[in-house]
This record gives sequence, C-alpha cells and structure tokens, in this order.
Amino acid sequence: MLTLVLFNLTNGIILGLFYVLMALGVSLILNLSNVINFAHGNFLALGGYFAFSLAPYLGYWGAFIVAPILVGVIGVIVEQTMIKRVYPRPHVYSLLLTFGLAFIIQDMCRTIWGVNGLPLSIPNALNSPLSNQFFFLTGYRIFLVAVVIVAVAALFAFLGFTRVGTRIRAGTFDLDTVSALGINIGLLRALNFGLGIGLAGLAGVLAGGQIGLNPNMGDDLVLPSFIAIIIGGIGSLTGTLVGGLIIGIASAVTSIWWSAGSEVIIYIMMVIILVARPRGIMGEEGMMT
Amino acid sequence: MSTTTAPGAMAAKPAAGGWLHLVVIWAVLISAPAWMGYIGGYDALASQVLIFGLAAMGLNLLLGFTGVMSFGHAAYFGLGAYGAGFVLRYWVHSTPLAILCGILLGTVAGVTFGALMMRRTGIYFAMLTIAFAQICYYIAYSWNSVTGGYDGLRGFSRAPLHLGSYVIDIRGNGTLFYYFVLFVFAICTGLMGLLLRSPLGRTMIALRENSQRARFLGIPVEQHVWIAFILSTFFTSVAGALYALLNNFADPTALYYVISGNIVIMAVLGGMLSFWGPLLGAAVFVVLENEISSMTVNWMSFIGVIFVAVVLFFPRGLLGFLRRRSA
Repeated sequence: MLTLVLFNLTNGIILGLFYVLMALGVSLILNLSNVINFAHGNFLALGGYFAFSLAPYLGYWGAFIVAPILVGVIGVIVEQTMIKRVYPRPHVYSLLLTFGLAFIIQDMCRTIWGVNGLPLSIPNALNSPLSNQFFFLTGYRIFLVAVVIVAVAALFAFLGFTRVGTRIRAGTFDLDTVSALGINIGLLRALNFGLGIGLAGLAGVLAGGQIGLNPNMGDDLVLPSFIAIIIGGIGSLTGTLVGGLIIGIASAVTSIWWSAGSEVIIYIMMVIILVARPRGIMGEEGMMT
Repeated sequence: MSTTTAPGAMAAKPAAGGWLHLVVIWAVLISAPAWMGYIGGYDALASQVLIFGLAAMGLNLLLGFTGVMSFGHAAYFGLGAYGAGFVLRYWVHSTPLAILCGILLGTVAGVTFGALMMRRTGIYFAMLTIAFAQICYYIAYSWNSVTGGYDGLRGFSRAPLHLGSYVIDIRGNGTLFYYFVLFVFAICTGLMGLLLRSPLGRTMIALRENSQRARFLGIPVEQHVWIAFILSTFFTSVAGALYALLNNFADPTALYYVISGNIVIMAVLGGMLSFWGPLLGAAVFVVLENEISSMTVNWMSFIGVIFVAVVLFFPRGLLGFLRRRSA
C-alpha cells in the first residue's frame, strides 16, 4: 500500500510539473497579452518533434537545449505575424486565432512526422531505475524533476531580478503605464510570448522522453493548465506554480481509489475554489476578476 | 465587455432591412430540400445547417448582443443532445418529450454554471466557460453505465410525431425531419426576435455597448449577464436536442471543446453583430467542413486556416463585410 501511494504520489508530482511548465507559459502570455493560448499544447508537441529530428545531428543534449529555443523563436514569429494583430480586439478573436493555430500545427506535425507515435530516445545514463523496491524512481524522472526546478527557478529569477523581467511584471499590472514610461511593449510582449512558448517546447522535450511523441501529445495538458491558473489565481505566477502542482498530485492520488476521477477531481477543485475564493489561492483582489 | 465597433455601426435591428430579406431567408430555408440535391447537398446536411445555425444564434445572444464571451457552449449543446437521448433510450418513445428534456438538462446546467460565473468578466469568464464545458465532457466520457462512455448513447431513434390522430413519421424520412427541424428553428428564432425587441433585449445590448454606464443607470449588470447566459444556453440546448434526433445518438464529441470553437467561429464568420449572421456562418462552415473532410486528409489545416483567415481578414464576418462593401 505504501508503495502504491508513493508510486501515485511520484506520478502526481511528475504530472504536476508538466502542468506547471505548461501553465506558467499560458499564464505569462495571459497576464501580459490577455490571450488564452489554445495552441500551447501543440507547441509542446512541436518541441518534442524538434528534439526528435535534431537529436541525430546534435545528440540528445544538443537537441535538449536547441529544440525549446527553436520553438520559442517560432512562437515569436507567430506572435509578430498574427497574434499581435488581435491585441486591440475583443477576446473572442484571440481565442479563435489560437484555436485555428492549434488545428494547423497539429495537422503539420501529423503530416511531417506521421500519425503514429515516435520514441524520443534518452541517454542510457538516465534510463535505469534507482532502486528495486521503488521501481518508479527512474533516473529520467529525477532528471525531469531537476530540470523543471531549475527552469522554474531561472524563470522566477529572470522575472524578479532582471530589467526585462521587472518590465514584464509591471506590464501585468498596468501595461498602459509601462508603455507611457517609454518601454517598447510590442517587443516586450513578443519576448514574453516566446518565453512562454519556449517553456511549452521544454515540456515537450521532457514529455517525449517520458511518454513518446504523437501529434496530440499536448492536448490533455492544455485544459488542466487553464484550471491550474484559475485555481492558483489569475495574474499570479506563484499561484500558477502552486495550482499546477496541486492538481497534478490531486489527480494522481485520486486515481488510487477512483481511476475515472483523475480528471474530474481537477474540475471539482476548481468549482470549490470558485465558490470559496473566486480570486484563486494566490490571486490579487481585483486582478482581472 | 467588448467594444467592437464604432457606435452606431452596430445598432441591432433584429429584422434589419425590412421584410424583403426575411422573405428571402425563409423562402431559401423552406425550399432547401427541393434544390439541395442539385448542388451536392442532402437533407441531413441541411438539417445540420439549421441545427448549428440555431446553436450559433443562441450563442450570439450572448456573444454578439450582450458582448459576453463564452467559449464553452458545447456543454449546453451536448447536454441538450444527451437529455434527448436519455428520454428516448431509457424512458419513453416521444420526440417532444425528448426535446423538452434536452432543453431542461442544458438550461439547468446553464443556470448553475452561470450562477458560478456571472461575477467574473472578460478573459476569466471565457476561461471558466471552457472549464465548465470540459467538466460535462469528462462526466459523459467517464460515466460509462449511464452515458455509454466513449461510444456515446446509442440504440435509440427519434419517434413519430402524433398530432391528435394524425401521425407524422419523421423517423425514416429525412425531408420530413428537415421540416420538423425548420419548424422548431422558426419558433426559436421568433422568440429570439421578440426577446431582442423587448426591454430585456435592449438592456442586453446596453451592456454590450457600455456596461459601466448601464450600471450607473441602475441596471444590475451581473444578473443580466446571468439571464442572457441562461437564455443563450436555452436555445443552444434546443439545437443539441435536435442534433441527437438527427443522428440518433449522442456522444462525447458533442460536448468537446472543438464544438464550442466551431459554434463561436460560425457566429463570427457569419457576422456576430447581425441577427441572421450566425445562420449564414453555420451554413458556410458546415458545408465547407463536409466538403473539405471528404476531399483531403489535411482537413484540419483547412479548418484552422478558416479560423485564422476569419480573425485576420473578416473580423466583422461575411455580413459585416458585405454591408461595408455596399455602404
């Protein structure tokens, strides 16, 4: 029983970390640009596939670094050519735009890399289980946890201590004032969009090593990452971090007793939060609510 | 709330243009089964256009006329379908009761979810609508014993209509069923027209134009958003119930967020600032989707391109585009 609980808890933490990476990206974009990015899961898939195609040339580690950056660059291009044109318009347009992009990217992945799943092979060093009793603690999972922790810490350090990061945070509160202070908010939004998409790309590379690649691999992560943001509190990245971990763990732990409930529990938690604390766990009063 | 266009450009006249275009619209709809065949259509496709048209017009009460964004109307569409399916599958063999139950299920969900969301605005509201739709999807997907899970609710068929001693057999006859759908569609659009001319309808439009000013005038904004939301889910669930009758099944894809997106794009594609726009949008979208999916395996890209093109090049929709041309 203890092993089972630990097994599910580990799964929950891993799942939660994927939600965190995804939700932080969605949240960054939502906070600064007021765009809900439906295509986020497809950028994740793109990250995985890029790593798959680059690995023969750059090796796993090269692909691991380059793929997310490449996805981020594509994010910036998409933002500059399409997304930025709907910023001044009502939300319905940005939703429809990213919705359409999701279809297009998914179909492109399907056409280029095929409908069937592909394996993203990882270095042998990461592949072995660390102990026989706790077979689920593979080297790769430890590696995954470490990478996410480093990435999240780097993101928070960037936002907290660099000039650009400070501007992004300021823009979350009052973009007009930031613009009035002479900061190029177009550039800021583009950078921020690329950063968010790059996180999705990183999640894709990590997910590819865990579950393999397929064109819909990100779909199941998108909507839960929205829920993570709602639970954590819109406008707060720390909230998103907390929200993502909570729903990941809750859904894995629930599946011990009620396997069909692993998805439903996420939404039950969202409703409870909505009734009891509409601004979310860490959300500020009045922030976009 | 949204401020889409310059004031005046979108004065909502439910029957703008007088009687002529109403005559044209209804003539086209009534005569559809006669000419559908010549342009490669069929009765079921025509019924589908009406059904999605009704769903999109229902959504548009909220999106176009109240200025509130819902990206989760698949919930009420799908629940309408499941409600109708439950009656026919488990209870009685009656088409009117099936529709009533579909409406009931969809609208009760609308009342409940609406109450939880009505105080939220903008992008937060939109996110919540998506989330609530996903709850319904997962329930339908996981509750195998009742909903049939992934395969959906099957093994029922629409029942003949009994008008006194006269029986209309809509079961095997696609054309008759089309006229039945058209009949329900006519009642619903009539109700929507009346609604938009009523003080309630004018209040909804006032919220779209300037919700802050409406609040200053003493209008309880949240309650009106809630009412508009409920009315909108009502009409969308009628469409869902008809959809179950058309297909003789109800499955989780009717609740999936892709349907939500499709309903929204229909409204925007046709022109969300006009009464009939969503119907036109539904006609174009349903026919295109049908054509494209039979022509190429890359149909997803084409659908995606439609979304992107509408947003970037026709944000006012086809009717808005035509009107501006002629103006």
